Amino acid sequence: MSLSRREFIGIGSAAVAGMALSPGLRLVDLAQARSPDEAVTSLKRWGLLVDINKCNDCNACVTACHEENGVVGHDRPATDAQWIRKVTLKDKQTGYVQTLPVMCQHCEEPPCVDVCPTGASFKRADGIVLVDKHICIGCRYCMMACPYKARSFVHEDTTDQKPHAPRGKGTVESCTLCVHRVDAGKVPACVEACNKDGNKAMVFGDLKDRNSDISKHLASGSSTQLRPDLNLNTGVRYRGI
Amino acid sequence: MAHAHFNTMEGRGFGFYILLAILGGFILAGGLAALYMEHNGHWVTGMSNQIVWGTPHVFAVFLIVAASGALNVASIASVFGRQLYKPLARLSGLLAIALLTGGLIVLVLDLGRPDRLIEAMTYYNFKSIFAWNIFLYIGFFAVVAVYLWMMMERRMNDYTKPAGIFAFLWRLTLTTGTGSIFGFLVARDAYDTAVIAPMFIIMSFAYGLAIFMIVLLAAMRWTERELGNVVFERLRSLLGVFVAAVLYFVTIYHLTNLYITQRHGIEGFILLHGGVYTKMFWIGQIFLGSVVPLIILFSRLGKSRAMVVLASLLIVLGGLAQMYVTIIGGQAYPMPLVTGKEASSSFFDGVVASYVPSLPEAILGIGGIALALAMVVVALKILPFLPNSLSDADADPHFKATPAKSETAAA
Ligand code: SF4
Ligand code: SF4
Repeated sequence: MSLSRREFIGIGSAAVAGMALSPGLRLVDLAQARSPDEAVTSLKRWGLLVDINKCNDCNACVTACHEENGVVGHDRPATDAQWIRKVTLKDKQTGYVQTLPVMCQHCEEPPCVDVCPTGASFKRADGIVLVDKHICIGCRYCMMACPYKARSFVHEDTTDQKPHAPRGKGTVESCTLCVHRVDAGKVPACVEACNKDGNKAMVFGDLKDRNSDISKHLASGSSTQLRPDLNLNTGVRYRGI
Repeated sequence: MAHAHFNTMEGRGFGFYILLAILGGFILAGGLAALYMEHNGHWVTGMSNQIVWGTPHVFAVFLIVAASGALNVASIASVFGRQLYKPLARLSGLLAIALLTGGLIVLVLDLGRPDRLIEAMTYYNFKSIFAWNIFLYIGFFAVVAVYLWMMMERRMNDYTKPAGIFAFLWRLTLTTGTGSIFGFLVARDAYDTAVIAPMFIIMSFAYGLAIFMIVLLAAMRWTERELGNVVFERLRSLLGVFVAAVLYFVTIYHLTNLYITQRHGIEGFILLHGGVYTKMFWIGQIFLGSVVPLIILFSRLGKSRAMVVLASLLIVLGGLAQMYVTIIGGQAYPMPLVTGKEASSSFFDGVVASYVPSLPEAILGIGGIALALAMVVVALKILPFLPNSLSDADADPHFKATPAKSETAAA
């Protein structure tokens, strides 16, 4: 993947801003792994690459995500939450069938954040898009705005909540890119599961670090975003669509 | 110039209390419906993760749009200086406030967390059209209240015009804001177009005036006040013009979409094979909500007041149908994920989402209408909003061979 002009300017200005804001910061520091108590920084942007040539009929990522985050349903498909789902694509002309996982794409220009009246939907400096459950009023405008149907409204009381992923009836939630794991230096649960039990179709990492696995993968082959026409510059990328 | 006289509703009014009791019953039912949905969570409604805005939004957006339209009559009087409309201006302002209240209550009670309303008032994201609208709505109350005060307090009358102009500009902005809630949703084919905002403005004219007509005719009749043909005819043809204008804009909206190949899917869905949405569009919005009222309003049928009330009711129903098609139909149609590929999943990708309104949702919406009407009824009882007479001679000083101006200016 070649850097678009916008990405290039984005990375450039972030780096400049970073240096301006913290004069003592040396660029070599950035290459080092961050510790959990290090502040969230715009010098990183977390991203995910899914190679759908490798992805097939398995559901390991979905199971792992919902397990990790305590996303339990009530056997009511229309109203149960789904943070990540397997989508089957069928080419209208040729009939060729592929499957891919779809979750919050952690857009750089997230429409959900733009429309949220209270600011409950927000993007962290490192690109992870989250919902502040204490401010969300449950207006669901963000769900209207998200082009990927990535968000779910919690339609009823929840049980088995995980401390790191509070879920509240009447609020909206979506994939957090397993922010609690990422902040602890681990990869998201879906990625771990895919690499362990699945088909090793997912790579996670820092899009701004040229030496990260994901950047190298992206630089060495083609990839695309879902709905590239919307220009949202998503953090989740796909190869092989 | 004729000085209109205003009065509260007089007397013991048995009918008044009956009317209030009926409306109160609907309001209570609406409140209980909201409690029920809130307690159980939204899974007991027809809504889902596919259709996130359901029937309450249909009612709420309709009422909010109609509210700004109801103010039109006052604007015509103060902004465009039409004397004939002056005696109607107070009722127009009152109706605007009442309808907006009804709409907002429904909207708030349908939130996932209505108890957090305070968050919506204290945390603002200024990029959000919704946040803007919160300001526009609150401001509307204040602006119209001041405007009413200028009209009703004799010493303030001189300021009626500037207050009226300000209120007029505010309401245009407000409806633009409401329309933009949809117009800015880039993700969905049905909404992402600039025509939506002006279309909402013209719709507000028609819906607001239709409700105004119903309330005016009922209020004048039940309080045994005279409503002459001059005012009636003027309002009738104005309503006709508005309905025709809506039809024009709806046509432009669909033609624009048909011009864009990418939008053929959603257009085919709404216009041809969208099942209930197609029916709602053609039968509800176009035939019953526009064509029949136009025939009534512009033909001899329109001489009958009962027929004009019927036409107004149909315009209201057509308006609700229009909101249903826009809001729910627009969500039901699946969003594309990858061009040229059919998507399917356990999360209803690629299929038309189903939605069946539940009883509590409908009751909540109707409760909002009842609340608006109850506010009007109570206000008419305690404050002088309604002119004593709108007889031809009172309404139009030039009605008969024009005498000297001072003669008609009854003191
Ligand atoms: S994918 Fe949807 S929920 Fe995620 S950042 Fe983008 S708009 Fe927001
Ligand atoms: S549902 Fe919550 S997160 Fe979404 S737009 Fe409304 S307040 Fe923001």
